[in-house]
Amino acid sequence: MTKFFKRWIVFAGLVVVWQIATVLADDPFFPPPTEIAEAARELWLSGPPDQLFLTDIVFEHLIPSVSRLMGGWAIAAAIGISLGVALGRSRTALEFAGPLLTFMRSIPPPALVPVFLLLFNVGTSMQLATIVFGVLWPILLNTIDGARSVDTLKYETSAVFRVPKWQWVLGVVLPSAAPKIFAGLRVSLSLSLVLMVVSELVGTDNGIGSQLLVAQREFDFPNMWAGIVLLGVIGYALNTVLLAVEHRVLGWQPKQEHSKPVQLATAGD
Amino acid sequence: MTAMLDVAGLGHTYQAKDGAHRAIDGLTFTVGAGELVCVVGPSGCGKSTLLRTICGLVKPTEGGISLHGNKIDGVPEDLAVVFQDYSRSLFPWLSVQRNVEFPLRRSLGRKQRRARAAEALELVGLAKAVGKYPWQLSGGMQQRVSIARALAYQPALLLMDEPFASVDAQTRFELEDLLLKVKREQNTTVLVVTHDIDESVYLGDRVLVLSNSPASVVADLRVDLPGVRDQITTRESDAFVTLRGEVARLLNVGRPTAQRKVAAEAAVAAKWAEAERAALREAHAEDHATN
Repeated sequence: MTKFFKRWIVFAGLVVVWQIATVLADDPFFPPPTEIAEAARELWLSGPPDQLFLTDIVFEHLIPSVSRLMGGWAIAAAIGISLGVALGRSRTALEFAGPLLTFMRSIPPPALVPVFLLLFNVGTSMQLATIVFGVLWPILLNTIDGARSVDTLKYETSAVFRVPKWQWVLGVVLPSAAPKIFAGLRVSLSLSLVLMVVSELVGTDNGIGSQLLVAQREFDFPNMWAGIVLLGVIGYALNTVLLAVEHRVLGWQPKQEHSKPVQLATAGD
Repeated sequence: MTAMLDVAGLGHTYQAKDGAHRAIDGLTFTVGAGELVCVVGPSGCGKSTLLRTICGLVKPTEGGISLHGNKIDGVPEDLAVVFQDYSRSLFPWLSVQRNVEFPLRRSLGRKQRRARAAEALELVGLAKAVGKYPWQLSGGMQQRVSIARALAYQPALLLMDEPFASVDAQTRFELEDLLLKVKREQNTTVLVVTHDIDESVYLGDRVLVLSNSPASVVADLRVDLPGVRDQITTRESDAFVTLRGEVARLLNVGRPTAQRKVAAEAAVAAKWAEAERAALREAHAEDHATN
């Protein structure tokens, strides 16, 4: 209980300070948190009982947005981990691909939105492409790094016991690389949220990002703030779920090795 | 006695751009079925090279090795290794039980694996630790897990690379006795590579003494000690003391000039072995990625 208290006291205190400050300032651009909460309730939680009080906006904008986020992230994870293991275990392949990877990951993904708009139609596929391209790199590079650093003695042990290739990859390389892969997945998850919003700012009227833009254009500041708060809540919730999964999957690690600082790998070093 | 392992005229030279290093030279010996043979030699003399050629991890440049009559080319089917560095050889993400089962997945079903692993863990006295992770165990217990993993594999030959060099003296005695017990009960054929003279005499049915680099066999000594040995009485018996003296003399232990020479040679050998291992790593990494 005290731990929970400690974790949230600063947050709660800031909300209270914010409330007092905004009420005193009485600035339309900065509505007090109570007003934002009311706007959020009105926007998303005032639906009919048979929809669990969720409004149509939730089904038409929130859920598609979050699905795209998760979908893009999952696709990037699948590509990043499989490609990363292949590249990490082959020096030749890495030497060939290294400069290309470094170049591609240096391109800011939002800059590619117009390109994806041309390549794909406006809509889901273009938005997915933006997210996948943007969040692939931390996963890919961390997986390469993890797969490269499999202990030599573990290789020799597997070789001596004639462990088949599938068991070597799934049973030795992946678990060895898992801590680094998870570090990459976490970075990518927060990036996914950013790119989800960015991808919804052009050529669409669907999604949290576009809703945010509409509220801003109509000077509907409580709704705009509600959207911003919602993004924070989604990011926090997703990260919490991922951390819980990571704790389960990496439960085998000795305690002091848990929660190592996140390090972004770079290719070719 | 039939020869389980037959090493004939084995030689290996490490090649590199800036020269060559001869690690072993004309090694010839056999290990009979059910025999425990200790290979003892000065550090850096080529013991690990010998071990790696027997495992099929290094292809020797000359000579050949046969395991129960089959020439070794690549990693042989029924050979198990216990490495010195148990903490790196065990898989930290698997429980003790699953570590022991790991090499059996290719050949056995789940139920048989379970049974084999349980049996091997019982044999090494770890029946209670099956659900633990290796890092939750002491060093000695972790090495027991490695031994159980090797035994569950039911190898024709059990290779041990300095198996007890990383545990404290007390644990070392316990593990030596465990190995002797297991060998008696399972009639396993064992080749132990060590640099510890006392250990080689205490464990072995025979002791092979290797020369300085490049390694060749200087002596093949039969150990005339009773099958059942005791850490205190065996070690104070005349036969033991005489034999350990003989091995020590063959190894030139305690002679300052000889030691300096050995140390220098060991440094050179270590450098070469490391280079070869790096090359090997690369080759295998490619191999795994392309297949």
